[in-house]
Amino acid sequence: MAIHRVGVAVFVLVATAILAAESEPNQVESEKLQDVSGEAVFSDAEGGFKTGDGASITVPGQAEAPPHPVETGQADSAGRRVSIEVGSDRVKQPVADEELENLQAEFDLQDAPQQSEPVPTPRDHFAEELVIRPLLSGDIYTSFQFRTRWDTDLHRGKKVSHYRLFPKSLGQVISKFSVRELHISFTQGFWRTAQWGQPLLSAPPGAELWVWFQDSVADVDGAWRELTSVLSGIFCASLNFIDSTNTVQPSASFKPMGLGNVTEQRFLRYAVLPREIVCTENLTPWKKLLPCESQAGLAVLLKSEKLFHSSYHSQAVHIRPVCKDTACRETSWELSQTLGIVFDLHASGQSKREWSLFKMFSRTLTEPCPLASSSKVYVDVTDNPLGEELFDLSPAVSLQTQAVVLGDRRTFTVYDLLTPEPYGPTRSLNILLKWRQQDSVDMQRPVLHTERYVSGYGLQTGEINTLLYNSHPFRAFPVLLMETVPWYLRLYIHTLTVQSKGKENKPSYIHYLPSKDRQRPHLLEMLVQLPPHSVTKVTVQFERALLKWTEYTPDPNHGFYVSSSVVSAMVPSVVAMDTNSTEGRPLFTTLFHSTEESSYFMRVYSEPLLVNLPTPDFSMPYNVICLTCTVVAVGYGSLYNLLTRTFQVEEPSGGLTKRLANVIRRLRGVPAL
Amino acid sequence: MGLLSDPNRRRALTSLVTRLNTPLCVLCYLVGVSWFMGLAFEPFMLRTYMSENAMGSTMVEERFVFGERAISYTREFAGQKKKTGGMPVDWLVKTMKSRGLEVYTQSFSQTLPFPDEVKERYMVRGTNVYGILRAPRGPRTESIVLSAPCSEGNNNNQAVGLLLALASYFRSQIYWAKDIIFLVNEHDLIGTEAWLEAYHDVNMTGLRSSPMQGRAGAIQAALSLELSSDVITSMDVALEGLNGQLPNLDLVNLFYAFCQKTGVLCTIQGKLQRNDWDTLPGYTHSLSTMLLMVLKQGSGRPQGDHGLFLRYHIEAVTMRGINSFRQYKFDMMTVGKLIEGMFRKLNNLLERFHQSYFFYLMPSLTRFVSIGYYMPAFGFLALILVLRALDLWVQLSDPARALDDGVSEGEQDSSPSLLSLATPVIICHLTGLALYFLPVLSQEMAIQHFPVSETEAVVLTAIAIYVAGLALPHNTHRVLSGVGTERGWRSLKLFSLLYLAVLLGCTTLINFSLGFILAVTMIPVTAFIQPHRSSKVLHGVALILVSPATTLLLSIYLYHELIEYPISLLECWQHFLTAVSQGILDHHLYGSLLYPLIALFIYPCWLQFWNIVFWK
Repeated sequence: MAIHRVGVAVFVLVATAILAAESEPNQVESEKLQDVSGEAVFSDAEGGFKTGDGASITVPGQAEAPPHPVETGQADSAGRRVSIEVGSDRVKQPVADEELENLQAEFDLQDAPQQSEPVPTPRDHFAEELVIRPLLSGDIYTSFQFRTRWDTDLHRGKKVSHYRLFPKSLGQVISKFSVRELHISFTQGFWRTAQWGQPLLSAPPGAELWVWFQDSVADVDGAWRELTSVLSGIFCASLNFIDSTNTVQPSASFKPMGLGNVTEQRFLRYAVLPREIVCTENLTPWKKLLPCESQAGLAVLLKSEKLFHSSYHSQAVHIRPVCKDTACRETSWELSQTLGIVFDLHASGQSKREWSLFKMFSRTLTEPCPLASSSKVYVDVTDNPLGEELFDLSPAVSLQTQAVVLGDRRTFTVYDLLTPEPYGPTRSLNILLKWRQQDSVDMQRPVLHTERYVSGYGLQTGEINTLLYNSHPFRAFPVLLMETVPWYLRLYIHTLTVQSKGKENKPSYIHYLPSKDRQRPHLLEMLVQLPPHSVTKVTVQFERALLKWTEYTPDPNHGFYVSSSVVSAMVPSVVAMDTNSTEGRPLFTTLFHSTEESSYFMRVYSEPLLVNLPTPDFSMPYNVICLTCTVVAVGYGSLYNLLTRTFQVEEPSGGLTKRLANVIRRLRGVPAL
Repeated sequence: MGLLSDPNRRRALTSLVTRLNTPLCVLCYLVGVSWFMGLAFEPFMLRTYMSENAMGSTMVEERFVFGERAISYTREFAGQKKKTGGMPVDWLVKTMKSRGLEVYTQSFSQTLPFPDEVKERYMVRGTNVYGILRAPRGPRTESIVLSAPCSEGNNNNQAVGLLLALASYFRSQIYWAKDIIFLVNEHDLIGTEAWLEAYHDVNMTGLRSSPMQGRAGAIQAALSLELSSDVITSMDVALEGLNGQLPNLDLVNLFYAFCQKTGVLCTIQGKLQRNDWDTLPGYTHSLSTMLLMVLKQGSGRPQGDHGLFLRYHIEAVTMRGINSFRQYKFDMMTVGKLIEGMFRKLNNLLERFHQSYFFYLMPSLTRFVSIGYYMPAFGFLALILVLRALDLWVQLSDPARALDDGVSEGEQDSSPSLLSLATPVIICHLTGLALYFLPVLSQEMAIQHFPVSETEAVVLTAIAIYVAGLALPHNTHRVLSGVGTERGWRSLKLFSLLYLAVLLGCTTLINFSLGFILAVTMIPVTAFIQPHRSSKVLHGVALILVSPATTLLLSIYLYHELIEYPISLLECWQHFLTAVSQGILDHHLYGSLLYPLIALFIYPCWLQFWNIVFWK
């Protein structure tokens, strides 16, 4: 364990920090984390166990990233709670050995009665869990995670044809396109950071897909194109609309989350479809990937009519290679299927603040998935400390666990579905949460959140504004901002300004790839230091392009979407924020910030934008044709006539006009012409 | 086009134009004016129809039943307003928050260029409160606005009450696809302007406002609500926005459709619809409705809070509850249902309003005149200018035509130098610049030397400069080297006529009403004035009668006649003074273009004609 004070340029530091957070298992000797305030932080490199109430276990060499708190044994032998820090999507503290063994044991136990003859230990495991977090606004956040691990190599040589728990459709995709990592999310709605706090797993509205390919792939673009089409079929989504005009290769914002040390960005492809609408047709294929589908286990709760009666719906699939064991000599494949839903208090048609599984999903739990080696429901009771309870939870169970989630120490009540205890005499589990107060409580502002909008009016120019809020009272931290803007908004990059607290804030790193008309979008990545307690405003002006008339969408007056910008940051944690409170914690824990708690990785997505482009009136082509023809005929014709005609003096002949004129003249008594 | 390439025919054509010029012009004027009058005749007009698909086929079912709740909110709001002596910001924030909205406030301050004596304000400081209802599973890209002003005294309390009741009812519905912003703005238009500028992060009027925190994407439509009584007899809709911009006709149709559905009586320009179009009273009724719209649109003033939204391409109308002496009244629940229905339809919008007309006149709520029908009326008027210009051009280019073949005379009457033409033009425009800048700039000096208030100083300075411009012709000639020639005034008139034609043409394209009012008055006189000694006084008087200021005076008189609230000449003069000061204020506060247009272009152009009358 070493403390490094390295004074290097900020970007390098942060890059290191981010890389460190990526948990590269091959370089586990000493990860260096340096936070920006100059204070050195350190990570447990050797898997040291720290004891104490909020003890944490860090085992390097395993890159497992449970976005959910993973329990590591209910309580260790000494009766102390054991907790694991969980970063949003990258983690350096995987499951401990004991747990693996536990799981193994449990699995064997589970499997044994079903199998008539002894079988070799299965090489795949399935675990499911549900986290329920009551939000202070009165809404409720539920997050499912289904995780399948398979100790096999899908790439090297041998063709895998026998699939058990791992879905075959995805396995084949991985081996065919040499995918190293695949992350796909479908989200309907926008996560309201200011009211709901941080989600366990963030995702932008619409569909997001990012893939790392193996370094053996020669034609990455070709593989990407085919892969998107295949995934489009698997998930019934319009992923086939991903083409070169909305695909980028981020240089710093996205790093591999699993095994592997190749971070060369040419093997990375990232695309967002902000317009994608997520509905049951996307949920059904997602459910079909589960080993128990929606027949048993937690997945019985997933009934679309309730899931889509919510404020937020985000489903995702993450595939990545992880270490098979602590030695990390072999890899396994991990498939995480996650689903996050926020149910709305006001729209649920109830006046009382009361939630239950039945109310949310119109189902209760009766059994775990028989194939699962772990099946648990966690209820976040952090805001419900003993003595000043905000809500009542029933059925009451004694089992509690603590975990540091996103820099905040949370307490969870655990319902283990593999044991008969939670079901009670009715043989069904219906968790009930009843708030004592009826007023909503204001929550503390999250440390980092963003806002984005288009300013200006008219159809010629405009300005994209991104606001980055750092509400930490005393710590500055750097963020990586990534903006992808379609080519038809022509960015004036010279107008790029970054301002915090009224002063210019020079980004220490800018990566800008200009767009090419009809070929690729703008990509703008920059590293910005956010001063404490400030708003940083990033603005860039653009001009709206006039498209060719076939390039307009069928509803051009709706506007064109600009995908969410991505903010990746190492955020100082909430736990480290209050330096004064020592309640319930040993004194020695507060002198230095411990690594796990001082900062954590977080990714925040901003709102997508809807921009109107100058649009011709498509309903009037006929009028336009008529008008153009008239102008051409009259204007051009007469000019051509005047230019080409030869004029010569001619004796006036008695034409009809002349005769008519003479008649009139005679009537007026004027001599004829 | 043999007509132009054949010299004989061309000559015949030009002689036709020159010889029959006066009768043709008179004919054009008569046709133009009667065309315009004919627009109000029902058989000539189109019925309104819904063009937007999302608005059409499906009707929604309104379930708003919280009229009582709206009234109790009203009472509470009125009490809080009285207690705080202004906008009860904290109470509004608390109430909206408890209804489950995301609430933000925005404070602003604005110093007027000079005190506004009508509304009695100079340094304005206020706060807007708005709550955002986030659409479930919506990505925050689109929104609709419902706004209600927090006015002085007891006005519009019911609007705020109903807004809160609607907010709490809307919050519990799951079907919203767009975010809904509930805005309570202080200081009516200034508050709306401040909010809109902050929302779009622009600053055009020098307002200082706090940075805005919560936004909800591109605003698709907005409704502004004004209600001052618990029950109403009818609902009036105001359309005319800043600079005569109008909302898309589909929004008006939507209002009408839901008035029909809920059975609420609806009016436009405060006038109900009549069915007896074939009688004279029926015709004059629709004519006066249309004329009212023309006058309001021509004034370029926003006729409600909605007027400022239009600049940002947000379709908006103001709905005003009227409580008159009619027997049958509608309660809050019905009004709430009306608004709920409109919002649910707006929620269905897939694209911005774009299908229907943006340029129209409405002689009644069910009939409209589109741009294609009203433009010819102006076209005929503008034709007069072109014909006169053509006549002058022919006279100038071929002066000897009347004298058979007089080449020598033409040479003698040398063409006027550029200087002699440019000087009056430039001087006229300098006067216009003075009229635009001096009143506001010199108010300090004026109040030091004269016993007047700032507002009076500004208005009186403007009038003084305006009148002083009339003395220009005498001074212009002193600057000029030689005396004005016959060709000189003809050239100047030719230029002025074309200038006027271009000016009016452009104005009409943007704001038909303003262009048409100016055209009807200015064109006949300016087309025929000449610097003849005998008729100099007559021409001068005629020209003064059609000057922009006189037009304004007459418009004010006509407006009061039309709303059946006749005023005396003295009152009219008072209104005129107010209108001038309001016009200047509108320009500084909201960016209304009427005052600069008159001061910088129309008035100088008129002065050029004045110069011609007194040409020596």
